[in-house]
Amino acid sequence: MKVLVVVGTMLLMLVILLPGQAFAFQAPQAPTPAGQAPPGQSEFIPVDQLPPSEQLPAAPLLIAAYAFAWLAVFFYVWTVWRRLNKVEADMRVFEKRHMRGNPR
Amino acid sequence: MKKLFVPLAVLTAAMFAYAPIAIANAPYESTMLLIQKIFYFHVPSWMAMYAGIAICGAASVVYLFKSRPAADRLAVAAAELIVLFGAIGLVTGPLWGRKAWGVWWQWDARLTMALLLELVFIAYLLVRAYGGPGSDKLAAAVGIFGTAVSPFVYVSVNIWRTVHPLNTVVPTLRAGMFGPFWFCSVAFLLLFTLLIMLRTSLANEQARLDELYLAEDDGAA
Repeated sequence: MKVLVVVGTMLLMLVILLPGQAFAFQAPQAPTPAGQAPPGQSEFIPVDQLPPSEQLPAAPLLIAAYAFAWLAVFFYVWTVWRRLNKVEADMRVFEKRHMRGNPR
Repeated sequence: MKKLFVPLAVLTAAMFAYAPIAIANAPYESTMLLIQKIFYFHVPSWMAMYAGIAICGAASVVYLFKSRPAADRLAVAAAELIVLFGAIGLVTGPLWGRKAWGVWWQWDARLTMALLLELVFIAYLLVRAYGGPGSDKLAAAVGIFGTAVSPFVYVSVNIWRTVHPLNTVVPTLRAGMFGPFWFCSVAFLLLFTLLIMLRTSLANEQARLDELYLAEDDGAA
């Protein structure tokens, strides 16, 4: 009984996969015209190491880290400076109003 | 304090101007190579964050139990800096991890707890901003809670198994890395000192303006 189930499953998989295989064999070999998607890959070939062009470079990540640190600090200093200016402006308005003897 | 600000700012600027040279001259780490140099800003930013946590915690205790407004102003200034330096640590870390570990983020004990600590202090600022009257006392309690949690973040790498390097990497730094690291750490702590002075002066000015308006209202009433 178990053998029948295994064989049946294998047959079912063949039925599902064979048309795909057949389609892959029939796929055009000519280069894909511009603007069209390339044909589906028929197999994956493993390699031991990434070529250097594919390896993640460290320098952009390092530069991004240092740039973010500086941008964050400068942004914070800017927000403090803006708030300080606003308080000083409010203080000047308050003092002017009192010098004219016109409290709100 | 104001007299000290300018010389301190000049010294900090000079140190940060020299920092890239010191970092560039530091040796490469044997497994991580160039990307490990993020370490010279990443760890000092956490050190500045912890300095902020110590100040915020102590000032929150003083404000909660003694009701001193100056302590409250210091606590809120420190909380903003905790969020700033924590954000630097939380962004530089994943940039380092992407190359060193192959992933931007891992939900392991150290990284998750560091993120939660940052969120506690963001909550502190949100309570201050939108909590309405009396929120300053509630925020002080949140500040104390965040301070109480912070040692667990530090020791998390020793308690749980995480992908993050252990705390022992700093005391065991070799000569070539030791100098640039502590140079950058001092520069970050000086920057922290400058920023807390600046932010506290803003809080003092805001308090002075509020007092003037209150006195005016009292006079009119």
